Amino acid sequence: MMLRADVLVVGAGPAGLAAALAASEAGGSVIVIDDNPISGGQIWRSGLSQQHDVRARRLHEKLSLAANVRILQGARIIGMLDAHLLQIETSDSTSSIYFDRLILATGARERLLPFPGWTLPGVTGAGGLQALVKGGYPIAGKRVVVAGSGPLLLATAASLRSRGAKIVLIAEQTSMRRVMRFASALRHWPGKLIQAMQLRVQSLPSRYLPSSFVLEARGKDCLQQVSLRTSKGLKLVDCDFLACGYGLLPNLELARMLGCQTVGEAVSVDRFQRSSITHIFCAGEITGIAGVDSALIQGRIAGLAATERLTDAEVLFNERDRWHSFASLLAQAFSLRPELARLCREDTIVCRCEDVCYGELMQYDNWRGAKLQTRCGMGACQGRICGTATQHLFGWTTESSRPPLSPARIESLIATKAASSLAD
Amino acid sequence: MPEMLRVIVNGKPVLVQAGTTVIAALGEGAWVTRRSVRGTERGPLCGMGICQECRVCIDGVMHRLACQTACHEGMHIETVKATP
Repeated sequence: MMLRADVLVVGAGPAGLAAALAASEAGGSVIVIDDNPISGGQIWRSGLSQQHDVRARRLHEKLSLAANVRILQGARIIGMLDAHLLQIETSDSTSSIYFDRLILATGARERLLPFPGWTLPGVTGAGGLQALVKGGYPIAGKRVVVAGSGPLLLATAASLRSRGAKIVLIAEQTSMRRVMRFASALRHWPGKLIQAMQLRVQSLPSRYLPSSFVLEARGKDCLQQVSLRTSKGLKLVDCDFLACGYGLLPNLELARMLGCQTVGEAVSVDRFQRSSITHIFCAGEITGIAGVDSALIQGRIAGLAATERLTDAEVLFNERDRWHSFASLLAQAFSLRPELARLCREDTIVCRCEDVCYGELMQYDNWRGAKLQTRCGMGACQGRICGTATQHLFGWTTESSRPPLSPARIESLIATKAASSLAD
Repeated sequence: MPEMLRVIVNGKPVLVQAGTTVIAALGEGAWVTRRSVRGTERGPLCGMGICQECRVCIDGVMHRLACQTACHEGMHIETVKATP
Protein backbone atom coordinates (compact mmCIF):
# COMPACT_ATOMS: atom_id res chain seq x y z
CA MET A 1 0.00 0.00 0.00
CA MET A 2 1.26 3.48 -0.82
CA LEU A 3 0.11 6.64 0.97
CA ARG A 4 0.69 10.17 -0.28
CA ALA A 5 1.15 13.41 1.62
CA ASP A 6 2.16 16.93 0.72
CA VAL A 7 3.87 17.07 4.08
CA LEU A 8 4.99 14.04 6.05
CA VAL A 9 5.87 14.61 9.71
CA VAL A 10 7.84 12.01 11.66
CA GLY A 11 7.12 12.17 15.39
CA ALA A 12 3.95 13.15 17.24
CA GLY A 13 5.53 14.98 20.15
CA PRO A 14 5.19 18.74 20.65
CA ALA A 15 7.46 19.67 17.69
CA GLY A 16 5.84 17.23 15.25
CA LEU A 17 2.28 18.14 16.21
CA ALA A 18 2.97 21.89 16.05
CA ALA A 19 4.56 21.34 12.63
CA ALA A 20 1.60 19.26 11.42
CA LEU A 21 -0.91 21.87 12.54
CA ALA A 22 1.02 24.72 10.91
CA ALA A 23 1.45 22.75 7.68
CA SER A 24 -2.23 21.75 7.60
CA GLU A 25 -3.31 25.41 7.60
CA ALA A 26 -1.96 25.67 4.04
CA GLY A 27 -4.63 23.18 2.97
CA GLY A 28 -2.51 20.31 1.64
CA SER A 29 -2.52 16.78 2.98
CA VAL A 30 -0.46 16.06 6.09
CA ILE A 31 0.47 12.66 7.51
CA VAL A 32 2.10 12.27 10.92
CA ILE A 33 3.70 8.97 11.80
CA ASP A 34 4.74 8.01 15.32
CA ASP A 35 5.96 4.80 16.92
CA ASN A 36 4.02 5.07 20.18
CA PRO A 37 0.43 3.89 20.65
CA ILE A 38 -0.78 7.47 21.30
CA SER A 39 0.32 11.00 20.34
CA GLY A 40 2.19 13.35 22.66
CA GLY A 41 5.78 12.18 22.52
CA GLN A 42 7.68 11.58 25.72
CA ILE A 43 6.68 14.76 27.52
CA TRP A 44 2.93 14.51 26.87
CA ARG A 45 2.93 10.80 27.23
CA SER A 46 -0.41 9.78 28.64
CA GLY A 47 -2.38 11.39 25.81
CA LEU A 48 -2.85 15.00 24.72
CA SER A 49 -6.30 15.50 26.23
CA GLN A 50 -5.00 14.35 29.65
CA GLN A 51 -2.30 17.03 29.96
CA HIS A 52 -2.19 19.97 32.36
CA ASP A 53 -0.36 21.92 29.66
CA VAL A 54 -3.10 23.79 27.81
CA ARG A 55 -0.93 23.81 24.66
CA ALA A 56 -1.28 20.03 24.41
CA ARG A 57 -5.06 20.18 24.74
CA ARG A 58 -5.27 22.99 22.18
CA LEU A 59 -3.15 21.07 19.67
CA HIS A 60 -5.36 18.05 20.25
CA GLU A 61 -8.56 20.02 19.60
CA LYS A 62 -7.26 21.75 16.49
CA LEU A 63 -5.70 18.64 14.99
CA SER A 64 -8.83 16.55 15.52
CA LEU A 65 -10.78 19.20 13.56
CA ALA A 66 -8.24 19.32 10.71
CA ALA A 67 -9.67 16.99 8.06
CA ASN A 68 -6.46 17.05 6.04
CA VAL A 69 -4.29 15.65 8.86
CA ARG A 70 -3.92 11.94 9.37
CA ILE A 71 -1.95 10.59 12.35
CA LEU A 72 -0.62 7.05 12.14
CA GLN A 73 0.34 5.70 15.56
CA GLY A 74 2.34 2.53 16.16
CA ALA A 75 4.24 3.01 12.91
CA ARG A 76 7.99 3.17 12.50
CA ILE A 77 10.23 3.99 9.58
CA ILE A 78 12.27 1.10 8.27
CA GLY A 79 14.06 2.64 5.32
CA MET A 80 14.17 5.07 2.46
CA LEU A 81 13.06 3.84 -0.97
CA ASP A 82 13.96 7.09 -2.70
CA ALA A 83 14.39 10.74 -1.75
CA HIS A 84 10.61 11.22 -1.46
CA LEU A 85 9.51 7.75 -0.44
CA LEU A 86 9.84 6.18 3.00
CA GLN A 87 8.90 2.68 4.02
CA ILE A 88 7.00 2.20 7.27
CA GLU A 89 6.00 -0.81 9.32
CA THR A 90 3.18 -1.27 11.83
CA SER A 91 2.53 -4.30 14.01
CA ASP A 92 0.81 -6.09 11.14
CA SER A 93 1.56 -4.30 7.88
CA THR A 94 4.16 -2.68 5.69
CA SER A 95 3.50 0.38 3.55
CA SER A 96 5.24 3.29 1.94
CA ILE A 97 4.56 7.00 2.06
CA TYR A 98 5.29 9.34 -0.82
CA PHE A 99 5.79 12.93 0.27
CA ASP A 100 6.70 16.29 -1.15
CA ARG A 101 8.15 17.79 2.04
CA LEU A 102 9.38 15.97 5.12
CA ILE A 103 9.55 17.31 8.67
CA LEU A 104 11.62 15.33 11.16
CA ALA A 105 10.66 15.71 14.80
CA THR A 106 12.09 12.48 16.17
CA GLY A 107 12.76 13.90 19.63
CA ALA A 108 15.27 12.71 22.17
CA ARG A 109 16.13 9.73 24.28
CA GLU A 110 17.98 9.38 27.55
CA ARG A 111 21.71 9.09 27.79
CA LEU A 112 22.11 5.71 29.50
CA LEU A 113 25.63 4.95 30.68
CA PRO A 114 27.03 1.58 31.75
CA PHE A 115 28.17 0.71 35.26
CA PRO A 116 28.56 -2.67 36.96
CA GLY A 117 25.13 -4.27 37.36
CA TRP A 118 23.24 -1.98 34.98
CA THR A 119 21.85 -4.98 33.11
CA LEU A 120 19.99 -6.30 36.19
CA PRO A 121 16.19 -6.24 35.82
CA GLY A 122 15.01 -3.27 37.89
CA VAL A 123 17.65 -0.87 36.57
CA THR A 124 16.02 1.56 34.13
CA GLY A 125 16.45 5.04 32.74
CA ALA A 126 15.15 7.91 34.89
CA GLY A 127 12.71 9.22 32.31
CA GLY A 128 12.56 5.55 31.31
CA LEU A 129 10.93 4.46 34.57
CA GLN A 130 8.62 7.46 34.44
CA ALA A 131 7.55 6.42 30.93
CA LEU A 132 7.03 2.79 31.95
CA VAL A 133 4.92 3.85 34.93
CA LYS A 134 2.87 6.23 32.79
CA GLY A 135 2.34 3.23 30.50
CA GLY A 136 0.62 1.54 33.44
CA TYR A 137 3.29 -0.28 35.42
CA PRO A 138 2.15 -0.28 39.07
CA ILE A 139 4.92 1.36 41.11
CA ALA A 140 3.00 1.89 44.38
CA GLY A 141 4.98 0.79 47.41
CA LYS A 142 8.20 0.17 45.45
CA ARG A 143 11.48 1.68 46.72
CA VAL A 144 13.15 3.72 43.99
CA VAL A 145 16.59 5.33 43.77
CA VAL A 146 16.58 8.11 41.16
CA ALA A 147 20.03 8.96 39.80
CA GLY A 148 21.91 10.55 36.94
CA SER A 149 21.75 14.21 35.99
CA GLY A 150 19.46 17.03 34.95
CA PRO A 151 16.08 18.52 35.85
CA LEU A 152 14.40 15.33 34.62
CA LEU A 153 15.46 13.57 37.85
CA LEU A 154 13.24 15.87 39.91
CA ALA A 155 10.34 15.52 37.51
CA THR A 156 10.72 11.74 37.56
CA ALA A 157 10.87 11.59 41.35
CA ALA A 158 7.78 13.79 41.69
CA SER A 159 5.84 11.76 39.16
CA LEU A 160 6.78 8.40 40.70
CA ARG A 161 5.97 9.64 44.21
CA SER A 162 2.54 10.83 43.07
CA ARG A 163 1.89 7.24 42.00
CA GLY A 164 2.83 5.82 45.37
CA ALA A 165 6.52 4.98 44.91
CA LYS A 166 8.87 5.50 47.84
CA ILE A 167 11.76 7.66 46.63
CA VAL A 168 14.78 6.50 48.66
CA LEU A 169 17.05 9.25 47.35
CA ILE A 170 17.90 11.33 44.29
CA ALA A 171 21.59 11.27 43.28
CA GLU A 172 22.59 14.18 41.01
CA GLN A 173 26.13 13.97 39.67
CA THR A 174 26.57 17.71 39.30
CA SER A 175 27.42 19.97 42.25
CA MET A 176 24.92 21.95 44.37
CA ARG A 177 26.64 25.17 43.26
CA ARG A 178 25.85 24.38 39.60
CA VAL A 179 22.30 23.29 40.37
CA MET A 180 21.60 26.54 42.21
CA ARG A 181 23.20 28.64 39.48
CA PHE A 182 20.96 26.85 36.96
CA ALA A 183 17.88 27.46 39.11
CA SER A 184 18.52 31.16 39.51
CA ALA A 185 19.14 31.60 35.76
CA LEU A 186 15.74 30.06 34.97
CA ARG A 187 13.97 33.36 35.72
CA HIS A 188 15.17 34.65 32.34
CA TRP A 189 12.81 32.36 30.47
CA PRO A 190 9.05 32.57 30.35
CA GLY A 191 6.69 29.64 30.49
CA LYS A 192 4.86 27.58 33.04
CA LEU A 193 7.05 24.55 32.65
CA ILE A 194 10.16 26.57 33.40
CA GLN A 195 8.47 28.03 36.49
CA ALA A 196 7.58 24.57 37.67
CA MET A 197 11.16 23.47 37.09
CA GLN A 198 12.44 26.44 39.10
CA LEU A 199 10.09 25.71 41.99
CA ARG A 200 11.20 22.11 42.00
CA VAL A 201 14.90 22.96 41.99
CA GLN A 202 14.51 25.61 44.68
CA SER A 203 12.59 23.41 47.07
CA LEU A 204 14.80 20.36 46.78
CA PRO A 205 13.74 17.41 48.90
CA SER A 206 16.06 16.42 51.74
CA ARG A 207 16.91 13.21 49.94
CA TYR A 208 18.43 15.13 47.01
CA LEU A 209 22.19 14.43 46.99
CA PRO A 210 24.27 16.59 44.66
CA SER A 211 27.80 15.53 43.64
CA SER A 212 26.61 11.92 43.95
CA PHE A 213 26.52 9.11 41.42
CA VAL A 214 25.85 5.38 41.19
CA LEU A 215 28.90 3.12 41.30
CA GLU A 216 27.22 -0.24 41.07
CA ALA A 217 23.85 -2.01 41.05
CA ARG A 218 23.76 -5.31 42.93
CA GLY A 219 21.38 -8.23 43.15
CA LYS A 220 21.15 -11.92 42.37
CA ASP A 221 18.62 -12.15 39.55
CA CYS A 222 17.26 -8.64 39.88
CA LEU A 223 18.19 -5.36 41.52
CA GLN A 224 18.42 -5.38 45.32
CA GLN A 225 20.98 -2.77 46.30
CA VAL A 226 22.77 0.25 44.88
CA SER A 227 26.15 1.62 45.88
CA LEU A 228 26.76 5.32 45.40
CA ARG A 229 29.60 7.77 45.74
CA THR A 230 28.33 10.82 47.63
CA SER A 231 30.06 13.92 48.95
CA LYS A 232 30.11 12.17 52.33
CA GLY A 233 31.62 8.94 51.03
CA LEU A 234 30.34 5.57 49.94
CA LYS A 235 26.64 4.83 50.50
CA LEU A 236 24.77 1.54 50.17
CA VAL A 237 20.98 1.55 49.81
CA ASP A 238 18.42 -1.21 49.33
CA CYS A 239 15.81 -0.63 46.62
CA ASP A 240 13.52 -2.28 44.07
CA PHE A 241 14.26 0.09 41.19
CA LEU A 242 17.16 2.26 40.11
CA ALA A 243 16.03 4.93 37.65
CA CYS A 244 19.27 6.31 36.24
CA GLY A 245 19.66 8.65 33.26
CA TYR A 246 22.30 11.21 32.34
CA GLY A 247 20.32 13.81 30.45
CA LEU A 248 18.89 13.66 26.94
CA LEU A 249 20.30 12.97 23.49
CA PRO A 250 18.68 13.73 20.12
CA ASN A 251 17.42 10.76 18.07
CA LEU A 252 19.51 11.41 14.96
CA GLU A 253 19.38 8.02 13.22
CA LEU A 254 16.67 8.88 10.71
CA ALA A 255 18.14 12.31 9.87
CA ARG A 256 21.54 10.67 9.34
CA MET A 257 20.12 7.88 7.20
CA LEU A 258 18.46 10.48 4.99
CA GLY A 259 21.77 12.31 4.64
CA CYS A 260 21.00 15.44 6.69
CA GLN A 261 24.16 17.11 7.96
CA THR A 262 24.75 16.97 11.70
CA VAL A 263 27.09 18.93 13.92
CA GLY A 264 28.03 17.25 17.18
CA GLU A 265 24.82 15.94 18.66
CA ALA A 266 22.32 17.90 16.56
CA VAL A 267 21.01 18.23 13.00
CA SER A 268 22.16 21.43 11.31
CA VAL A 269 19.26 23.63 10.24
CA ASP A 270 18.95 27.12 8.78
CA ARG A 271 16.68 29.84 10.19
CA PHE A 272 13.65 28.18 8.58
CA GLN A 273 14.46 24.84 10.22
CA ARG A 274 15.57 23.52 6.84
CA SER A 275 18.24 20.80 6.92
CA SER A 276 21.11 20.43 4.44
CA ILE A 277 18.62 18.56 2.22
CA THR A 278 16.23 21.15 0.80
CA HIS A 279 12.97 19.23 1.14
CA ILE A 280 13.67 18.05 4.71
CA PHE A 281 12.98 20.25 7.75
CA CYS A 282 13.87 19.42 11.35
CA ALA A 283 12.30 20.65 14.59
CA GLY A 284 12.52 20.09 18.31
CA GLU A 285 15.14 18.18 20.28
CA ILE A 286 16.94 16.82 17.20
CA THR A 287 18.26 20.33 16.54
CA GLY A 288 19.67 20.43 20.11
CA ILE A 289 18.12 19.67 23.52
CA ALA A 290 16.10 22.74 24.55
CA GLY A 291 12.77 21.47 25.88
CA VAL A 292 9.10 21.68 25.00
CA ASP A 293 8.77 25.46 24.55
CA SER A 294 11.52 25.52 21.98
CA ALA A 295 10.12 22.39 20.29
CA LEU A 296 6.68 23.95 19.83
CA ILE A 297 7.98 27.11 18.22
CA GLN A 298 10.48 25.28 16.02
CA GLY A 299 7.73 22.90 14.93
CA ARG A 300 5.48 25.78 13.94
CA ILE A 301 8.28 27.44 11.96
CA ALA A 302 9.07 24.16 10.18
CA GLY A 303 5.39 23.63 9.30
CA LEU A 304 5.06 27.16 7.91
CA ALA A 305 8.34 27.02 6.00
CA ALA A 306 7.59 23.58 4.54
CA THR A 307 4.41 25.05 3.05
CA GLU A 308 6.16 28.14 1.66
CA ARG A 309 4.81 30.67 4.17
CA LEU A 310 8.18 32.17 4.94
CA THR A 311 6.98 35.59 6.08
CA ASP A 312 4.73 34.00 8.71
CA ALA A 313 7.66 31.90 9.85
CA GLU A 314 10.04 34.87 10.12
CA VAL A 315 7.78 36.55 12.67
CA LEU A 316 8.57 33.71 15.07
CA PHE A 317 12.37 33.80 14.82
CA ASN A 318 12.95 36.04 17.86
CA GLU A 319 10.76 33.95 20.09
CA ARG A 320 12.58 30.81 19.03
CA ASP A 321 16.07 32.23 19.38
CA ARG A 322 15.47 33.11 23.04
CA TRP A 323 15.61 29.37 23.76
CA HIS A 324 19.10 28.90 22.29
CA SER A 325 20.78 30.18 25.43
CA PHE A 326 18.51 28.00 27.57
CA ALA A 327 19.90 24.99 25.73
CA SER A 328 23.50 25.94 26.50
CA LEU A 329 22.66 26.75 30.14
CA LEU A 330 21.19 23.27 30.51
CA ALA A 331 24.19 21.62 28.87
CA GLN A 332 26.69 23.52 31.05
CA ALA A 333 24.96 23.04 34.38
CA PHE A 334 24.67 19.31 33.96
CA SER A 335 27.86 18.47 32.06
CA LEU A 336 29.12 15.05 33.10
CA ARG A 337 31.97 14.46 35.54
CA PRO A 338 34.93 12.40 34.22
CA GLU A 339 34.53 9.65 36.87
CA LEU A 340 31.42 8.45 35.03
CA ALA A 341 33.63 7.14 32.22
CA ARG A 342 35.60 4.97 34.66
CA LEU A 343 32.89 2.94 36.37
CA CYS A 344 33.00 -0.20 34.19
CA ARG A 345 34.96 -3.29 35.16
CA GLU A 346 36.33 -5.69 32.55
CA ASP A 347 33.26 -7.91 32.86
CA THR A 348 30.72 -5.07 32.73
CA ILE A 349 28.47 -5.49 29.71
CA VAL A 350 28.52 -2.42 27.47
CA CYS A 351 26.57 -3.70 24.43
CA ARG A 352 23.40 -5.11 25.98
CA CYS A 353 22.05 -6.67 22.78
CA GLU A 354 25.16 -8.75 22.02
CA ASP A 355 26.53 -8.97 25.59
CA VAL A 356 29.90 -7.43 24.75
CA CYS A 357 31.95 -6.51 27.83
CA TYR A 358 34.11 -3.50 28.56
CA GLY A 359 37.26 -5.67 28.65
CA GLU A 360 36.68 -6.87 25.08
CA LEU A 361 36.11 -3.35 23.79
CA MET A 362 39.23 -1.93 25.45
CA GLN A 363 41.35 -3.67 22.81
CA TYR A 364 40.00 -1.52 19.97
CA ASP A 365 40.58 2.09 19.13
CA ASN A 366 37.45 2.82 17.11
CA TRP A 367 33.77 1.90 16.78
CA ARG A 368 34.11 0.22 13.42
CA GLY A 369 36.89 -2.13 14.50
CA ALA A 370 35.10 -3.05 17.70
CA LYS A 371 31.86 -3.59 15.82
CA LEU A 372 33.38 -5.90 13.20
CA GLN A 373 35.31 -7.98 15.73
CA THR A 374 32.97 -8.14 18.73
CA ARG A 375 29.46 -7.52 17.27
CA CYS A 376 29.15 -4.50 19.57
CA GLY A 377 26.32 -2.37 18.16
CA MET A 378 25.06 -5.05 15.78
CA GLY A 379 22.09 -6.21 17.84
CA ALA A 380 18.46 -5.20 17.95
CA CYS A 381 18.99 -1.62 19.13
CA GLN A 382 21.53 -1.04 16.35
CA GLY A 383 24.01 0.73 18.60
CA ARG A 384 21.55 3.24 20.01
CA ILE A 385 22.49 2.35 23.60
CA CYS A 386 26.09 1.10 23.27
CA GLY A 387 26.98 3.74 20.65
CA THR A 388 26.22 6.40 23.25
CA ALA A 389 28.08 4.40 25.87
CA THR A 390 31.24 3.87 23.80
CA GLN A 391 31.23 7.50 22.78
CA HIS A 392 31.27 8.40 26.46
CA LEU A 393 33.76 5.69 27.50
CA PHE A 394 36.20 5.79 24.58
CA GLY A 395 35.27 8.89 22.56
CA TRP A 396 34.23 6.77 19.57
CA THR A 397 31.89 8.24 17.01
CA THR A 398 29.19 6.20 15.31
CA GLU A 399 27.91 8.65 12.78
CA SER A 400 26.50 6.51 10.01
CA SER A 401 23.08 4.90 10.09
CA ARG A 402 21.68 2.48 7.57
CA PRO A 403 18.38 0.78 6.88
CA PRO A 404 16.64 -1.09 8.32
CA LEU A 405 16.46 1.63 10.92
CA SER A 406 14.78 -0.65 13.45
CA PRO A 407 14.16 -4.39 13.57
CA ALA A 408 11.88 -5.19 10.63
CA ARG A 409 9.92 -8.23 9.48
CA ILE A 410 11.14 -10.26 6.52
CA GLU A 411 8.05 -9.18 4.51
CA SER A 412 9.08 -5.53 4.93
CA LEU A 413 12.60 -6.25 3.78
CA ILE A 414 11.29 -8.12 0.72
CA ALA A 415 9.02 -5.15 -0.05
CA THR A 416 12.02 -2.81 0.22
CA LYS A 417 13.96 -4.96 -2.21
CA ALA A 418 11.06 -5.13 -4.68
CA ALA A 419 10.47 -1.38 -4.53
CA SER A 420 14.12 -0.52 -4.97
CA SER A 421 14.50 -2.82 -7.98
CA LEU A 422 11.41 -1.14 -9.50
CA ALA A 423 13.06 2.21 -8.92
CA ASP A 424 16.18 0.96 -10.75
CA MET B 1 -14.20 2.86 37.51
CA PRO B 2 -11.83 2.66 34.55
CA GLU B 3 -12.56 0.03 31.95
CA MET B 4 -10.59 -3.17 32.59
CA LEU B 5 -9.17 -5.64 30.08
CA ARG B 6 -8.20 -9.25 30.57
CA VAL B 7 -4.90 -10.36 29.07
CA ILE B 8 -3.01 -13.63 29.43
CA VAL B 9 0.57 -13.39 30.71
CA ASN B 10 2.53 -16.65 30.53
CA GLY B 11 -0.75 -18.59 30.63
CA LYS B 12 -2.26 -16.72 33.59
CA PRO B 13 -5.07 -14.17 33.31
CA VAL B 14 -4.21 -10.62 34.41
CA LEU B 15 -6.54 -7.63 34.64
CA VAL B 16 -5.21 -4.30 33.36
CA GLN B 17 -6.73 -0.89 32.78
CA ALA B 18 -7.73 -0.11 29.21
CA GLY B 19 -5.17 2.14 27.51
CA THR B 20 -2.15 0.76 29.33
CA THR B 21 0.85 -0.84 27.65
CA VAL B 22 1.96 -4.47 27.90
CA ILE B 23 4.39 -3.32 30.62
CA ALA B 24 1.39 -2.80 32.91
CA ALA B 25 0.44 -6.44 32.56
CA LEU B 26 3.89 -7.54 33.72
CA GLY B 27 3.39 -5.69 37.00
CA GLU B 28 2.25 -8.65 39.03
CA GLY B 29 5.15 -10.86 38.03
CA ALA B 30 8.87 -10.18 37.94
CA TRP B 31 10.33 -7.28 36.02
CA VAL B 32 11.73 -9.64 33.41
CA THR B 33 11.01 -9.72 29.68
CA ARG B 34 13.75 -11.52 27.76
CA ARG B 35 16.95 -13.53 28.09
CA SER B 36 20.19 -12.07 26.74
CA VAL B 37 22.51 -13.90 24.33
CA ARG B 38 24.60 -15.09 27.29
CA GLY B 39 21.51 -16.29 29.10
CA THR B 40 20.91 -13.66 31.79
CA GLU B 41 17.48 -12.23 32.41
CA ARG B 42 16.70 -8.68 31.34
CA GLY B 43 13.93 -6.21 31.94
CA PRO B 44 12.79 -2.94 30.39
CA LEU B 45 15.36 -0.12 30.40
CA CYS B 46 14.54 2.94 28.29
CA GLY B 47 10.73 2.86 28.34
CA MET B 48 10.52 4.50 24.93
CA GLY B 49 11.19 2.00 22.17
CA ILE B 50 14.94 2.51 21.85
CA CYS B 51 16.78 -0.19 23.82
CA GLN B 52 14.78 -3.28 22.73
CA GLU B 53 15.21 -4.89 26.18
CA CYS B 54 11.45 -5.24 26.67
CA ARG B 55 10.96 -7.61 23.73
CA VAL B 56 8.24 -10.17 24.43
CA CYS B 57 6.05 -12.47 22.39
CA ILE B 58 2.59 -10.98 21.78
CA ASP B 59 -0.20 -13.02 20.19
CA GLY B 60 2.38 -15.38 18.76
CA VAL B 61 4.56 -12.64 17.23
CA MET B 62 8.08 -12.59 18.65
CA HIS B 63 10.14 -9.48 19.49
CA ARG B 64 7.32 -7.02 20.08
CA LEU B 65 8.13 -4.10 22.37
CA ALA B 66 6.17 -4.26 25.63
CA CYS B 67 6.71 -0.53 26.25
CA GLN B 68 5.11 0.57 22.98
CA THR B 69 2.30 -1.91 22.57
CA ALA B 70 -1.14 -1.21 24.02
CA CYS B 71 -3.01 -4.09 25.70
CA HIS B 72 -6.17 -5.40 24.10
CA GLU B 73 -8.80 -7.80 25.43
CA GLY B 74 -7.64 -11.41 25.26
CA MET B 75 -4.04 -10.54 24.30
CA HIS B 76 -1.54 -13.35 24.84
CA ILE B 77 1.79 -12.18 26.24
CA GLU B 78 4.76 -14.45 26.78
CA THR B 79 7.95 -13.36 28.49
CA VAL B 80 11.08 -15.42 28.97
CA LYS B 81 9.51 -16.66 32.21
CA ALA B 82 7.11 -18.75 30.10
CA THR B 83 9.97 -21.03 28.99
CA PRO B 84 12.24 -21.66 31.98
